[in-house]
Amino acid sequence: MIFAEPRFATAIIDERDLAGLADANTELDRVVTRLLDRRPEIKLLFLVGSCPSEVIKLDLSRAASRMSAMFSPRVRVLNYSGSGIETTFTQGEDACLAALVPVLPVPTESAGNGQPYLLVVGTLADVVEDQFSRLFQQLGIDQVRFFPPRRADAMPPIGPNTRFLLAQPFLADTSRALEARGARRLLAPFPIGVEGTTRWLQAATDAFGVAPARLEEVTFSARQRATAALARQRAQLCGKRIFFFPDSQLEVPLARFLSRELGMELVEVGTPYLHRQHLAEEMALLPEGTFLSEGQHVENQLDRCRAARPDIVVCGLGLANPLEAEGMTTKWAIELVFTPIQGYDQAADLAELFSRPLVRRLRLAA
Amino acid sequence: MRVATAMEKVHFVLHAPQGDTYADLLFTMIERLPKRPPVTYTTFQARDLGGDTAELFKTAARDAYERFKPDAMLVGASCTAELIQDDPGGLCRALDLPVPVVALELPSYQRKENWGASETFYQLVRTLAKPAGSIKSRPPRLPGDRPRCNILGPTALGFRHRDDLREITGLLTQLGVDINVVAPLGATPDDLGRLCDAEFNVVLYPEIASVTAQWLSRTFNQPSTKTIPLGLGATRDFINEVAQMSGLDPERVLASADSRAPWYARSVDSTYLTGKRVFVFGDATHAVAAARVASRELGFTVVGIGTYSREHAREVREAAKLYGVEPLITDDYLEVEARVAELQPELVLGSQMERHIAKRLAIPCAVISAPVHVQDFPARYSPQMGFEGANVLFDTWVHPLMMGLEEHLIGMFRGDAEFHENAAPSHLGNHGSSRMMNDAAGVGPTPASVMEENQTRAPFSAQNNDGIVSPAAVPATWTPDAEKELRKIPFFVRGKARRNTEKYALIHSVPVVTIETLYDAKAHFSR
Repeated sequence: MIFAEPRFATAIIDERDLAGLADANTELDRVVTRLLDRRPEIKLLFLVGSCPSEVIKLDLSRAASRMSAMFSPRVRVLNYSGSGIETTFTQGEDACLAALVPVLPVPTESAGNGQPYLLVVGTLADVVEDQFSRLFQQLGIDQVRFFPPRRADAMPPIGPNTRFLLAQPFLADTSRALEARGARRLLAPFPIGVEGTTRWLQAATDAFGVAPARLEEVTFSARQRATAALARQRAQLCGKRIFFFPDSQLEVPLARFLSRELGMELVEVGTPYLHRQHLAEEMALLPEGTFLSEGQHVENQLDRCRAARPDIVVCGLGLANPLEAEGMTTKWAIELVFTPIQGYDQAADLAELFSRPLVRRLRLAA
Repeated sequence: MRVATAMEKVHFVLHAPQGDTYADLLFTMIERLPKRPPVTYTTFQARDLGGDTAELFKTAARDAYERFKPDAMLVGASCTAELIQDDPGGLCRALDLPVPVVALELPSYQRKENWGASETFYQLVRTLAKPAGSIKSRPPRLPGDRPRCNILGPTALGFRHRDDLREITGLLTQLGVDINVVAPLGATPDDLGRLCDAEFNVVLYPEIASVTAQWLSRTFNQPSTKTIPLGLGATRDFINEVAQMSGLDPERVLASADSRAPWYARSVDSTYLTGKRVFVFGDATHAVAAARVASRELGFTVVGIGTYSREHAREVREAAKLYGVEPLITDDYLEVEARVAELQPELVLGSQMERHIAKRLAIPCAVISAPVHVQDFPARYSPQMGFEGANVLFDTWVHPLMMGLEEHLIGMFRGDAEFHENAAPSHLGNHGSSRMMNDAAGVGPTPASVMEENQTRAPFSAQNNDGIVSPAAVPATWTPDAEKELRKIPFFVRGKARRNTEKYALIHSVPVVTIETLYDAKAHFSR
């Protein structure tokens, strides 16, 4: 099993840098130059800070602009902090997108013409992006762009006419940066499950003056088949008790979907960070009295989990095997970030990710 | 962490930010350990940096002691925490815990991971081995008593440590030696206290245990073994060395050696292995041993050897002289890649990093050393050391190569659709096709002809797999949009998606497959 060759290079800080004997930038230059020689196809390069580089306050933004000048116009160099001091892993995507916002182009006079246009923010699988594109097209919203775009040389323009929908719940910094450039966020839950997808689309149709009947009509067949496919999963999942450890920040939308569309019972919904504004629409949909926990104290949470004996536990990979060994059924959270789960035609796939560990346990016991 | 996780009743309090907790999953996922490593992270955040991170550490250490009640605690700082200079050792002394506390000073900006494991093990043994320095000589062994030894070196996340330990324990027992303590793997702090009861030490992994073994030799007058029993010849040497150290007769064990590897290497089928050019890279111990096995027991030619362990580079330099090659001492994988590309070996024996390099350069590869991947912790018994280990080495290293007869077929049927220059070994299944694709831009007319054949075959196989018997059944035609959408589905399920969609179209009498049909079918068949 070889997953992939590293898509990155590492500039290593050693004691000489710390003692001030060497300039960490020299090593950075060496590594970047070699990387770009070896990978001439690279057009956009991010310098990502680690925990130690954050503590020693290595100025990566200066390094990035210096290198941008050095390698321009072939390569653009940006920077952000990937440090785990402050963040969970999905915030890396947020930091990366936020670093891109300042270099997004301004809409040109002729193209924009004062008309608002829609921007979908957050990485989506190509297949999901295309489904959404088609739906927006059929709804009559034809000015739609996605951020990040598929190619580094097709960045969407940003301005006061931009209306954006978040496709991922962990984009606090990106959202703030977009708003600072005049874009307006459309309030919506996230496009997870039939209900979430419909309400998410509705936020766009409301903003762009599309008649509710049109939304109803365009989404009818997709909603029908998604609901039918979900019914099969519901048989497996309904009434099952689920416990979330904090991991991806997708926990709240997932819990809403699993409870409202599949009848699961939420024992505890842990999330690393609760963005109360971005999740306001989601939290309103959660069953009353849902136990939400923010941040983590893993030992205490393990105590609660063991005491509650849920049917399935959603957790990170560090906990999954140890909990399985204790007899619990787990769903590892990172898969939920890797898999296309948004939109109508992925709703049943998403539900299946939760029923598979339960089904597997039954099979292996038999 | 590898040392702490290997041991029982030890807990490690690590001053580290949230992001460092990912280290847990190296153990729970790669080694599939059914328990969490016994590590508490203080998980300080940026906002704590201005405040009292020392207090945070003290609270974490106190709580960890209360919760886990270990017999000994380790305390230390990760690379980030090292920078804030909180002195975990001093802080922990102030807590006055009722168990031994070992403070680790691991300069992570200067030293590497194996050095850290070695130092951790050494500090633990120094603190816990009783009676500290008072006994210089053990009571002599009584007649009829079996000699006793310690086995030093195996840790958590070690490359086949679990199986090597079982193999070597078996050999020693057969030879008539009792095992006093195995450490760090499975040892408790009490066990480390009993290390002095052995007559000698068996060092399996010098990268981890040689510093400790030297200290034990000075303190308790325990000699330690120098031979690493990797490969048949080295295993024999090892048995002789242990026999000499313990005054036992090696002959019975040597005679009972159950190893097919030397016969397989001599069998005519292996003639084709002669002089295969092999590049070896790993930790020093495994690299040196692998080179010996490759050249002396398989008849390969060692064209390059290297290591990332600078502390043990000398051994690798000496081995390189033996094979008349230039040693490569580096921890930069790009340098290794450049060397492999330059040497163009026929086989790479390396770590998981060299797997990537070999994949990129389309060279067969087998793993001989950490760092390793989840597949290097097989469910089956698969040691590298001892007689069974020699069998495993033969199988593992020969497997990636194309068999001798098949090489001839390629020569005979040059340019044939099945046996062509870019064909992969036929027993390796699909790996070949991806390599072929990578090479397609390269030489020869053959890749094109293979592609062509696949294309002509495709419709038939699709139809056959439908399970539809009716000859009248004609697959629905696809709109270009639907065809395009299908291509977005990962290739390994694409065939299934196409078949299911066509089956669905047939059942529902849909003449033309549109994007809608594709998703209708997906919903229909999903469960």
